Amino acid sequence: MSKSAIEVPSQGGFSFDLCRRNDMLAKKGVGLPSFLKTGTTIVGLIFQDGVILGADTRATEGPIVADKNCEKIHYMAPNIYCCGAGTAADTEAVTDMVSSQLQLHRYHTGRESRVVTALTLLKKHLFSYQGHVSAALVLGGVDITGPHLHTIYPHGSTDTLPFATMGSGSLAAMAMFESNYKEGLTRDEGIKLVVDAICSGIFNDLGSGSNVDVCVITKGHKEYLRNHLLPNPRTFVSSKGYTFTKKTEVLSTKIIPLKERVEVTEGGDAMEE
Amino acid sequence: MTKQAANWSPYDNNGGSCVAIAGIDYCVIAADTRMSTGYSILTREYSKICKLADKSLMASSGFQADVKALQKLLAARHLIYQHQHNKQMSCPAMAQLLSNTLYYKRFFPYYSFNVLGGLDTEGKGCVYTYDAVGSYERVGYGCQGSGSTLIMPFLDNQLKSPSPLLLPAQDAVTPLSEAEAVDLVKTCFASATERDIYTGDKLEIVVLNADGIRREYMELRRD
Repeated sequence: MSKSAIEVPSQGGFSFDLCRRNDMLAKKGVGLPSFLKTGTTIVGLIFQDGVILGADTRATEGPIVADKNCEKIHYMAPNIYCCGAGTAADTEAVTDMVSSQLQLHRYHTGRESRVVTALTLLKKHLFSYQGHVSAALVLGGVDITGPHLHTIYPHGSTDTLPFATMGSGSLAAMAMFESNYKEGLTRDEGIKLVVDAICSGIFNDLGSGSNVDVCVITKGHKEYLRNHLLPNPRTFVSSKGYTFTKKTEVLSTKIIPLKERVEVTEGGDAMEE
Repeated sequence: MTKQAANWSPYDNNGGSCVAIAGIDYCVIAADTRMSTGYSILTREYSKICKLADKSLMASSGFQADVKALQKLLAARHLIYQHQHNKQMSCPAMAQLLSNTLYYKRFFPYYSFNVLGGLDTEGKGCVYTYDAVGSYERVGYGCQGSGSTLIMPFLDNQLKSPSPLLLPAQDAVTPLSEAEAVDLVKTCFASATERDIYTGDKLEIVVLNADGIRREYMELRRD
């Protein structure tokens, strides 16, 4: 028996083995389960002392809000954070994985992690999965070479920018940035601009909503401002509340006692240590 | 030659939710005022509730262009009725007219999900619920639109009579007072707005009773 193609050992990357099975299932009417997408507005900008990242907090499953207050700004290293848009599981998994790799690298080199290291690790991973890992990221941090801000697309391409937005609300947020961004912003000006951009996404994009998270990274110091702004409180709470007394009616009851199958003896041997 | 799928659709969904609750001598009809397309908001102040006759109001969600066309048609037919019969159409009559109008376009439907609310000939509240092609039924309460799957279970819990296996079925109208029904509707929409991206901005509540029509607004989340 001869094989027509040379057997190549698997080297990572996407394994397409199950695609034929998925097609067969689809023909039979069994669809793929839907993903939890984060809708999202994420932004980043470089100000005079470092980098500021911002994100909304709504996670959607189609037209329904699955999580009203999720965390989209992920920890990568003490001096590097990453905002994620796209499929929630993908952004979580890829940022956690690269965060661990960075820590091992820090032990190996004895130095603070650099943003370009995180960038290269992420883009290599995403490219090898040919866009099937649906993670669109805004990576920002301050290292020995200075402040850096990058965007990373699901297919693995990257951009290095002074200000960036991603997600379904990126156009609303970019409109704010393009109008008001200038070089050398102070910390307060930078935070205000990031908050304005995220709010623009929250109110004008249906895929984004709820609260604003901000993360300020400077040389040697970081501030993670979770729920920095809460512009969407619930508008109406009934004053008297509601009772839920209606229970399922019991039509008949039948109790069958279970016969004892096992004899339980007290004492006996103690478990092995 | 395999059948080609259309690469253009004549329909769009402008989102939103509508609710109507019938009481002993009143009817509450409510809808949010957000009109959207895709992930964008077109306007935050669009009324989905239309007065068809003195004692009938229709709230519709779905494709607003089809809704507008449907409202125009019903208004014209009502005018003809008034000329011919020298009186306003009753709510049950309007309900039948709406059903026939929708079924007339059975093979190119109005993408309009309607709830009709009003007072019947005896002055009791009545609510009729429809699908897109005109199937209708008189009920004690109804909801349609993107938030309907969120609102309906809550209304069932608060307004539905217990199982008819144990007690005889109660009347379709709810025993709640007008103020309690309005409170219930406000809670429904505040909750639906939290979880449905297409519902929000403002809530328009119209109450129809023997004294006439009263309109009320409430702010909802704008995100």
